[in-house]
Amino acid sequence: MIAHAIFFYVFSIIAVISAIMVTVSKNTVHSVFFLILDFISISCLFIMIGAEFLGMIMLIVYVGAVAVLFLFVVMMLNVAQQKNQWFVSKQSSSHIPIGLIISTIIFFELIIVVGGWKYKPELINATNSKISSEISNTHSLGQILYTDYIHVFQISGMILLVAMIGAIVLTFRQREGVKKQSYLKQISRERSEGIEVLEVPSKTGVKIDD
Amino acid sequence: MIDISLGHYLTLGAVIFSIGVIGIFLNRKNIIVILMSIELILLAVNINLVSFSIYLGDIAGQVFTLFILTVAAAEAAIGLAIIVVYYRNAGTIRVEEIDSLKG
Repeated sequence: MIAHAIFFYVFSIIAVISAIMVTVSKNTVHSVFFLILDFISISCLFIMIGAEFLGMIMLIVYVGAVAVLFLFVVMMLNVAQQKNQWFVSKQSSSHIPIGLIISTIIFFELIIVVGGWKYKPELINATNSKISSEISNTHSLGQILYTDYIHVFQISGMILLVAMIGAIVLTFRQREGVKKQSYLKQISRERSEGIEVLEVPSKTGVKIDD
Repeated sequence: MIDISLGHYLTLGAVIFSIGVIGIFLNRKNIIVILMSIELILLAVNINLVSFSIYLGDIAGQVFTLFILTVAAAEAAIGLAIIVVYYRNAGTIRVEEIDSLKG
């Protein structure tokens, strides 16, 4: 129990500090690194609390894919060198107090909900898919994911497909002056249009156009 | 203090959610940090869902965390693609210079 408390406080303090550093660090590359640290500490919390499949999936998806995507875009767009300070112009810094007020209100609302939430014992009986202690977390997640939630699972696959197509369509551009193969043209060539038999008059030659 | 309950995890989720919201407003650098703040908010939602799922003994919360993960990955891909296209067209992604809509 005390080990649980120690690990919870260590990981959550690291997570909160790195979340703050994501928002306040001046270099965008540092922000991405602190985002990675945040995801890693939260996935350690998930593994510790007993949701080990989700912790590992978060490591793979967030640290392995999303954060690396962020890093690619930050380095590709050359915004890492512009070390911009905060509060650049007057009219943009007018958003900051109201933003702070709104997020403080959101924080206290969430705290009120947490504090006022009675841990009702009958809610545990109201659950429809209990965690069983005999089988592992991954096993039980797979049992419910592919039976009860199969349609939602397939819709999430469609979401990923649409996101992939959308990203390709958005960033695709046709460059001018690039010579490309046209496979359709190549395979639909006929012998009759490929070669041509000419009667060559003597001492004039043939004009070849490409 | 020593006994870690559900409230501790929910408080951690609330703190990270609020930091994400502050990051959206406080940010004067570029839009990529705003996308990272949105990722932080989704992470806080995931913390809430997983801790409720564990403490109530219902695995459905973890299933929905998986779907939130899917949507977050799709959102990051599309958002970054839009940012790349915007940078190619406008030459900047600084927040105060993006004012085409006069917002």
